Formats: sequence, C-alpha cells, structure tokens
Amino acid sequence: MTARTRLRVDPVACDGRGLCAELIPEMIILDDWGFPVIRDADVPTALHALAADAVRLCPRLALHLEAGRRQAG
Amino acid sequence: MMTGSAAVPTEPGRQAGLLPRLLPGRIPAEPAGLREHLARHGAPPRCGPDPGGRRQLLAEVERSGLTGRGGAAFPAARKLAAVAAAGHTPVVIANGSEGEPASAKDKVLLAREPHLVLDGAVAAAEIVGAREAVVVVHPAVLAKVAHAAAERRRSRLDRARLRVMAAADGFVAGEATAVVRWVQRGIPTPTPTPPRVSERGLRGHPTLVQNVETLAHLALIARYGAAWFRQIGTNAEPGTMLVTVTGAVRHPGVFEIGIGTPVRDVLGLAGGPSVPLQALLLGGYSGSWADAAAAGPLPFSAEGLAPLGAGPGAGLIAALPGGACRLAETARLAAYLAAESAGQCGPCVFGLAAIAGELAALAHGRPSNLDRLARWLAQADGRGACHHPDGAVRMIRSALAVFSGEAELHATGWCSATSSEAVLTAPRRGAG
Amino acid sequence: MNAGPAAASPATATGAQGLWYVSRGSGLVLLVLFSIVIVLGVAARLGSAPRDWPRFAVAELHRTLSLFAVALLGLHAVTAILDPYVTIGWAATVAPFASPYRRMAIGLGTLAVDLGGAVLATSALRTRLGLRAWRAVHWLAYLAWPVAFLHSLTAGGDLVIWWVALVECGSAALVATAVLARLLARRRTGPPAPSWPPRQGRALPPA
Repeated sequence: MTARTRLRVDPVACDGRGLCAELIPEMIILDDWGFPVIRDADVPTALHALAADAVRLCPRLALHLEAGRRQAG
Repeated sequence: MMTGSAAVPTEPGRQAGLLPRLLPGRIPAEPAGLREHLARHGAPPRCGPDPGGRRQLLAEVERSGLTGRGGAAFPAARKLAAVAAAGHTPVVIANGSEGEPASAKDKVLLAREPHLVLDGAVAAAEIVGAREAVVVVHPAVLAKVAHAAAERRRSRLDRARLRVMAAADGFVAGEATAVVRWVQRGIPTPTPTPPRVSERGLRGHPTLVQNVETLAHLALIARYGAAWFRQIGTNAEPGTMLVTVTGAVRHPGVFEIGIGTPVRDVLGLAGGPSVPLQALLLGGYSGSWADAAAAGPLPFSAEGLAPLGAGPGAGLIAALPGGACRLAETARLAAYLAAESAGQCGPCVFGLAAIAGELAALAHGRPSNLDRLARWLAQADGRGACHHPDGAVRMIRSALAVFSGEAELHATGWCSATSSEAVLTAPRRGAG
Repeated sequence: MNAGPAAASPATATGAQGLWYVSRGSGLVLLVLFSIVIVLGVAARLGSAPRDWPRFAVAELHRTLSLFAVALLGLHAVTAILDPYVTIGWAATVAPFASPYRRMAIGLGTLAVDLGGAVLATSALRTRLGLRAWRAVHWLAYLAWPVAFLHSLTAGGDLVIWWVALVECGSAALVATAVLARLLARRRTGPPAPSWPPRQGRALPPA
C-alpha cells in the first residue's frame, strides 16, 4: 500500500461557494446546485499545489487534504 | 394493535419453545415489574470490572452473531470491541429514538419489557467499561422506562448509572451522531464522521450507540448463551427480530419472528392482507419497494431479500393495497424525507427537495423529466454527512424500477389506481 | 496642507517636510486602499465577481491588497513617528491614546491598527483557529474601518482641499454601499432554479 493524499469535502461546512471547482476543475465539478463533486479523491502529484491552494482559499474551510492509504488489491 | 407472537402452525424455525423471546406471549396491561422480570429471566449475570469476565461475555456475543437491530445490522461484538478498546471512560447510549414513523417495535419493546432493555444497556456498559448508560426513548414510553430505572436504582441492582431521557422528534434524530448531539446539547442533527462516535462521541468520550432491541437480545445472550441464541434464525443472521407490519393487513402490529421467516408468513402473523396487495415497502420509509407476489415466498432477512435489492432494514413491512397509486405513495414519502433533512448539507437539502418535486409532478400527471430525476438521484446519493439522502435515493430508485410500468402510464397522463386514499402516512413537522 | 513649524535650515526643513508629506499622503492612499479591501471582502463573501473573473481571484486580490496596505501602513506610522516636529512616540504604534501630540486623533489611528492587527493575525492562522473563531475576529474589520476613517478626519483634516474631501466622501460611499450589500444578502433558503441544460453545456438526450 502506498500513502496517497486524498481530498475530502466536509458537507456540513460546505456552502457551495464554488472556488474549489474554479481552481481544480480536473478534480472537482459542481452539481446542479453549485456543490462540489469530487470524482476521485486521490490527488495526483501534479495537482498537489493546486489542491493545497483550494484548501487554503475555501471560504468555509470545508476542504481537507488528508493522508490516505490506497487499499491493497 | 396486536403484539406478541400469535399461535401459528409449527414451521421450520418456529418450533414451540423458541418463541417468544423478547415480547411476552400474553399482552399484559402493565410492563413487567422488576420482580416479575427477575422471576421470568433470572438474575442478570454480572461480569463486573474483571477484564477476564468482560472478555468472556464479549466472546459470547461474538459467537452469537448478534447484529444491530436499528437498521444497519452492524455486528454488535465488533462495535462493543471498538468502544472497549478506545479507552478513556466510554459511555453507552441505548437508542430508542425510532425516528422511522411507521415503525413501532422499539416503543412496544420498551413499553412491555423495559427491564430487558435496561439489562442489556447495563451489560453493554460492563463490557466496554462504561459507568453510565443513557437510555433515549420516545416520550410516549418515557414514564414506564423511567419507572423501571427507578425500581432498579432502589434495589441497587446495577453498578452502572442509568439515565433515561426523551428522544427528539424527527426522522434523522435516531442517527447515531444525532443522538449523541441530542443528549449532549439538545440538537438532534447528525455530525460529520470522522470522527466516529465509537472514537469520540458524547462529551468527547468513546460512545456505544446501540438500538434498544439489540440490547434486549444482548441481555438474553448474557443469560442463555450464544448457542441458545442461534437455535432460531439463519446461520448468517441468527436470532429473532421484531417487525412492524403495517398498511393493508388485517391486524397491523409488532411481531417477533425468527430471521428468515418467509415474508408471507410474517404478513400472516398480522392476519394476512386485508385486500389483494400490489407491493411491499421493506425496511422503512428509506428502504426498498418490492413486488408483493415476488417478495412473498422470500425469507425476511438480508440474504433472502437481496435478490430484490431490498433488506429487512429496521424491521418494517408496509403493505400497499392493489387500488392505491404507487407513485403518489412514493411521492408522499419522498416529500416527507426531503422535509426531514437536517438542512446541513446542500446536496441533501436541494437535491431531495427537487427530487420530491419531480416525483410529485410525475404522480399527479404534470410534465416531468425522468432523465433529470435520475441525474438528481445520482447527485444526492452519498453526498451528505449522514446516510439520509442515500436512503431516500434507494427508496425512490426501487420505486422507479418496480413501478416502471406505472411511471410510463403516468407519463401519458393516466393512472391505474382505483382509490385516492393515502395508505402510508407521514407525520407533518409540528411547530416548535 | 498644514505643515509643521518652519525648520531651522533649508535642508532639514525639506527632509522633515518630506516625512510629513509621505505620512499624510500615505494616509490618504491607505484610506482608499482599505476601502477597496472592504469592497473586495464583501464581494468575496457574496460570491459576486466581475464577468470572467473566477471567484478565487477576488479572494486572492482581497488578501494581496490588504497585505500591501499593511506594508504601506507601516510606512505611514513610521514616517509620522520619525517626524521631528511632532512628538508621537513609538508606544503609540500599539498603545492607543499614548501620543502626547493630538492624543485623540492619533489614538484613533492606533486603535484601528490594533483592530486590524487582530484581523491580520487571525487570518494568518485561519486553518489553525477554525472557521468560527476566525470569523468572529474578522468582523472587527467593520469596526476598524470607521475608526480609521475618524482618524483620517481628525488627524488628517485638510477637507478644504477639494480632492481630499472627494477621496474622503468617495471612500465612505464605497464602504457604505458594500456594508449595505452585505447586510441585505441572505442565505439561500430554497433551491435555486436547477440548471438544465447543465452548466457544462451538454445537450439534452433526444426525446
């Protein structure tokens, strides 16, 4: 198992402001009401910096970058 | 309303002597007092603070294969072990909130056998090393349970301290994190997990939140053992469960069955259908719809109902008569579930409201868009802090699948129902 | 512009006057800057942005401009204190009403710096503090601006000069509009009209 960084949104804190989807459209799209859908939570290395920016800029501090572990098998 | 297990011809799994377990055979006017309870079941076994005794009881629970009876069917021993291992003075919460409006089993159990539930709460407290157990019950049975707890206090029966309080109103109020927040701060809405309540719950302590029926079974396992518990039910899902049967049956009520009893036999306990049925809602208002004829012969268990994409859930069977409009019933439930959202997560608040609106349009012959509905169902599923939107999506998807013919009919402006009377009612939120 | 008393020699007079002008000039610029910062802050909160501007750009501009203004604020305070013709004292940078020269007027400025400093510190530690604590302190910005505005009127003055008066009135109007917009904004209470066709521009499947 390798350690991966995972992007997670706290659905209670999130208010659908939409900054995250502007910053990382590769990972986050907005649903019909403006709330983020994270298709694949694993953050590719190339997008790490952008993901960190999104976490910092979220006005509700609803985005979190966490160390996750990819499941074996 | 009938309760108990009516005398039925002997069938596999229903041998005389195995039932009833939880509910008494006769229907008493008052719940069993402490003395009567101890006479019927014997003194509650104590493992005390001794870690060896606690581990032994936990092992017995694991051997019994007891799973949660609150709807999620999580293995009880695993939950107990997790809380016991978390350290720092855990707390036990016996959850009798029963937010599901059509379900009455927890209320009936607490009203008839409060001491069995309290035995279980105390036994769970001993296993995890808790000194306190909070018992959260529907206001209708609060007095009886509080009386039973007071009786035990006077007899100094338990080491753990029992605190009985009223549950909050509302569908999501019975969710584990919502019960914790209700007990702690009087706000009955779920909180995001992480952290799980077994790690950080009431006042930051590891908390065991267990359904009251599960605890009642635990109390009996502690006395009679795992082998006894497994004598009825199936291998994968042993034991008995309480089922609320409602809708178009002759004698709606709460019944105790061995898990795996065929669905039509469970309906038979309630006197059978009062009119020919078209569909059954299994598990709860956020469970799954199934065709009545298809479900009839299937065992009422997770394994048995899986082929239909359904499950026993919180132990509910609602019978829909042939004349009712399936889509109107579904739309009404969807509106209820949307209104019962805690209002914390956008996809649930906006998604379920829009979905309910679309279903209402479909049910009442107004123009609707099934592609858009499917899209919204996908957007609501799994995107809340709790599983409320997931359950609503599951119920609605099952309706669209099982009632696809009716949906096509409605799209052309017709309905095959012969009666416009509502069958499955949903309570309106009271003011305040 | 009110200048200090005439200096002893032309060279030091020019130097001292330079400090004086920088101090007062920077003060006026700061009023405009912080007014724009408030407008940007409200825009970030309301999710409004000029066409084609992503929302994160508004958020970043709010942050960057406020940091720039803080740097200019340092210059503003230092030049005022270094000015040899008025005795303000270094204590007045953080302790309000500690300046012997025009105690009230300078004190208001110090108070604004204290309030703004709290906003700055909590914003730097936002992720550590959590949303509620950060937000509670951030609202002090709405107090810091009027205090700074009063400071600009009492310590600055010069309203007889038409463009100074214009800047003062303009800044006040700008901030008043922003605050009004913020007060009138309400949380989404119901579902907005669902976007169909979807925003990504995909066409509906054929009927």
